[in-house]
Amino acid sequence: MSMWEYANPKLFMGWTRPVLPWTFGLAAACLVIGLVWGFFFTPDDFRQGSTVKIIYLHVPSALMAINAWIMMLVASIIWVVRRHHVSALAARAAAPVGLVMTLIALFTGGIWGQPMWGTYWAWDPRLTSFLILFLFYLGYIALWEAIEDPDTAADLTSVLCMVGSIFAILSRYAVLFWNQGLHQGATLSLDKEENISDVFWFPLLVCIAGFVLLFIALVLMRTRTEIRARRIRALEARARRA
Amino acid sequence: MIALLLRDLRLAVRAGGGFGLGLAFFLIVVVLVPFGVGPETELLSRIAPGILWVASLLAALLSLDRIFALDFEDGSLALLATSPLPLEGAAFMKALAHWITTGLPLTIAAPMLGFLLSLAPEAYFYLLVSLLIGTPALSMIGTFGAALTVGLRRGGLLLSLLVLPLYVPTLIFGAEAVRRGADGLDPTGALVLLGGITAGTFALLPFATAATLRINLR
Repeated sequence: MSMWEYANPKLFMGWTRPVLPWTFGLAAACLVIGLVWGFFFTPDDFRQGSTVKIIYLHVPSALMAINAWIMMLVASIIWVVRRHHVSALAARAAAPVGLVMTLIALFTGGIWGQPMWGTYWAWDPRLTSFLILFLFYLGYIALWEAIEDPDTAADLTSVLCMVGSIFAILSRYAVLFWNQGLHQGATLSLDKEENISDVFWFPLLVCIAGFVLLFIALVLMRTRTEIRARRIRALEARARRA
Repeated sequence: MIALLLRDLRLAVRAGGGFGLGLAFFLIVVVLVPFGVGPETELLSRIAPGILWVASLLAALLSLDRIFALDFEDGSLALLATSPLPLEGAAFMKALAHWITTGLPLTIAAPMLGFLLSLAPEAYFYLLVSLLIGTPALSMIGTFGAALTVGLRRGGLLLSLLVLPLYVPTLIFGAEAVRRGADGLDPTGALVLLGGITAGTFALLPFATAATLRINLR
């Protein structure tokens, strides 16, 4: 049995039913442990004070905002190449989740930026790229909503996702050319000398795991909803013909 | 392919509206800006490169939904798809025709409107060059967006929502080239990158456009 057979809608509904509560439970456990640990059991940063603690929401949501788009891209390519309907529906299901993650990252960043940089918003390359990513999500979702025929919608949004990814990467580097940044560099990389301290690092890891699990759980749930909605539509069409 | 290009050009000129409308829109936007921000020459000359680029981008956006909509309605797009000419070639020519009817007049008109915004004298040359290099990319990206929304009845607003984020890199490099020219810096880097975007879009997007047209004609 190949892995592709798990993408059969019936099998997908079968294996996601028992998996879903576990994913939600694990996500909730990770988030509760990570956030409580991060908020109450880590020291304040010697320069940033307690504002550093927003990192436990900001970094995981920003990570997931980008990863959600990558997941949509992979799902779109699978749809175009192998035409698995579940794949197209998963891409559709992931888009609003990614949109909300982008919003969370932008808002928490603004809340942190006010005391630290003295401004909620600056036209910094990273902030700007995230705003552009937000616009890409909006366009993608709007295109899904606008087209009636589900297969045409899946095809067109897949093409948009692929072309959009290229332009998103292009914009990411174009804004570097356009303005120098305020945002600090990466401090979570595994190979650099100067990194975040372990005290903050471990609760942050738990939070990231929680966000990843939450994302998976939400996408699975929304994909199940999409499959059910499509079944209802098929039943209605059959009833109208009879 | 040449015949298709000439047909589109003739249609644009004779049908009226589309050809001059973009130019008039460009003029109005540029005229409105001083009312909005105040008439100080210094301020205007500082923001002129950006305003001119944003205005030409919006003017190009205005005529996008005409690229395929009429051909789609009267069925000539279906004929094009079944003709021996590859649909990719047709998409390329459509973008080129759109550029000749909107991008090129905008490029020629932009320096004159630069006077209204008291653009720095050194920047005129770079404004002309950057628009000449950059507006074809706007037309090609817009053609792709028009192909995506051709089957929709009210696709105009959606078209802008889809196309505007894709315009970001072109706008950044184009306006940056003019700004560097105005400040007496070397704009070659920005111009080269702008040319790269135009070349890349014309090399790749006809395939994406043709693919979306085939999906929409199914």
